[in-house]
Amino acid sequence: MEALACIKRVPDTGAKIPLTDDQQSIDTTTLGFTVSPHEECAVEEAVQQVETHGGSTTALTLGPEEASEQLYTAIARGADEGVLLEAGDEEWRPTATARAIADAIEELERKFDLLLFGNESADTENYQVGPRVANELDVPCVTGIKDLEVTDGSAVAKREVTGGSEVYEVPLPAVVAVKEGINSPRYPSMRSRMRAKRQELTRMDPERVDGPTFERIRLEAPETDEGAAEVLGEGPEAAPAVVDVLEDIGVL
Amino acid sequence: MTMVLALVEHEEGRLAETSQQALTLARDLADQEDAPLAAVVFEDDDEQVGFELASYGVTELYRVEHDRLDRYAPDARAATVHQLVDEHDPEAVVAPGSDRGHDVLGRAAARLGVPMAANCVEVTAGDGYEVTRHRWGGSLLEHARIDGSPALLSVAQHEVAAEEAEDGGSLTEHSFTPTLADSDLLVGIDRIEESDEEGVPLEEARVVVGGGRGVGGPEDYDKLEELADLLGGTVGASRAAVNEGWRPHDDQVGLTGAKISPDVYIACGISGAVQHMVGCKGAKNILAINTDPEAAIMENGEYAVVGDLHEVVPAITEAIREG
Ligand SMILES: Cc1cc2nc3c(=O)[nH]c(=O)nc-3n(C[C@H](O)[C@H](O)[C@H](O)COP(=O)(O)OP(=O)(O)OC[C@H]3O[C@@H](n4cnc5c(N)ncnc54)[C@H](O)[C@@H]3O)c2cc1C
Repeated sequence: MEALACIKRVPDTGAKIPLTDDQQSIDTTTLGFTVSPHEECAVEEAVQQVETHGGSTTALTLGPEEASEQLYTAIARGADEGVLLEAGDEEWRPTATARAIADAIEELERKFDLLLFGNESADTENYQVGPRVANELDVPCVTGIKDLEVTDGSAVAKREVTGGSEVYEVPLPAVVAVKEGINSPRYPSMRSRMRAKRQELTRMDPERVDGPTFERIRLEAPETDEGAAEVLGEGPEAAPAVVDVLEDIGVL
Repeated sequence: MTMVLALVEHEEGRLAETSQQALTLARDLADQEDAPLAAVVFEDDDEQVGFELASYGVTELYRVEHDRLDRYAPDARAATVHQLVDEHDPEAVVAPGSDRGHDVLGRAAARLGVPMAANCVEVTAGDGYEVTRHRWGGSLLEHARIDGSPALLSVAQHEVAAEEAEDGGSLTEHSFTPTLADSDLLVGIDRIEESDEEGVPLEEARVVVGGGRGVGGPEDYDKLEELADLLGGTVGASRAAVNEGWRPHDDQVGLTGAKISPDVYIACGISGAVQHMVGCKGAKNILAINTDPEAAIMENGEYAVVGDLHEVVPAITEAIREG
């Protein structure tokens, strides 16, 4: 089985999200980078399915040169190869991203049976790249998947809903957009990280095709009520004050 | 005729809460455009739905009827939206920011070749639309202009307060039968599996006791369980704790976990990263228990106890027992 996992490099933000002065992007000078948890699971799922059924896993990302770091991590986690669509530093809209990924898949002349995506990226949360790629390639697509089983030529995918899950059965090839919780991603060892870095990545130069306008004006960090919490006390001696608060709130 | 077209969902025969919120934003948009508000329903519903939609200001209702649409099939829904758009040329299509809302709207956007703005909280008509939308689960806002005919918008859940129309009254019902290809019906729910999980789901719990890396291991969640049980609540966790394998992912609160809205969230040994906080911003009160008085959660919450959770949590449990 040939599996593809599409991932996106995003800043690893902590307790605050700092913005650049022009408010056009996140100020990443002090931040590390990662991929969304959904996409970590997409990579893990691809690797697990290939471990079960044989074949190989390709990790693909569209992003700046630095996104090779995320591809190496995916390789360290068990992917066999990495494909970087070099898109520069600018943020691409999901329409252009999906088109470039679909083009790359065709150009690679690979027949992927399973095309895994994160359900939505951590940063822009557009919820579209997987479905748009499926539409371009004319293959079925399921989203929000937290359980996947592949049997010859088809996939049984489950989506969680209140009180249970919806079960979808789709023929392969298919796009499957997954959510964190579908599996527990492994942590790559130092050795596998070192080894991954020695691997050659496939680099491609995607064409950016922007559809009708969607134009970012600016980003804004919303106001949070910065008022510090009322400190009820220190250590176990605070317990009676906590009980009073719980009574006030009405949960006791 | 221009119009604003809303996709709505039902739960147990009633208009879903998130659809009420989406309709409220869609109506505001229709008012700005001086255009009628139309809605499309897929479920085989009784009359009640018509009344409810009318009270939200919907004047045109498209009931989708098709003998092969007896189950949720997202591509068939997207095809239907596409055909309604071709026929009625709406200015905007608005859906709730629910799993199904995004599932259908994303596919419709792909088919129509138009942009889609997910999780909007505010939309102003003008030169195209100016939208304010969520990024990072709402810990960042994006202001953007979207031009598309139509513009596809989903409405962030629980951000726009649902409000019935002042002059909601009557609506005209139309039956709409889309032309569906076999490929539109390829993806659909084959069956529903009920979960055997017991207890209150995290999303519905009135009290959540959350444990993060500060808990230090799987065993000490017993202390949190005990307190949660006493308060009729449920235990949650941070991603750090889930990654350690101390708790299942089902317990995770945050961006890629559950969004909770309890009366009180007792966050123990959790630092308060933005990705965690977006999952609990719906909590009416946050009580943080943390050894670090400088932890970000101390700024985000209402109440705090500075101390070791391994001592503080059992002390609270005991104090409640002693009553
Ligand atoms: C794209 C993305 C998505 C993410 N999604 C999520 C998500 O859905 N949910 C989520 O939770 N995180 C998420 N994260 C991770 C998030 O950024 C944080 O890393 C995580 O929430 C930290 O968990 P924590 O607070 O338990 O751990 P830490 O940040 O390590 O904090 C531990 C806290 O415990 C305190 N502590 C230590 N010992 C004790 C003690 N004995 N008693 C009391 N206090 C003590 C410390 O002072 C500290 O404040 C995401 C990250 C990214 C990049």
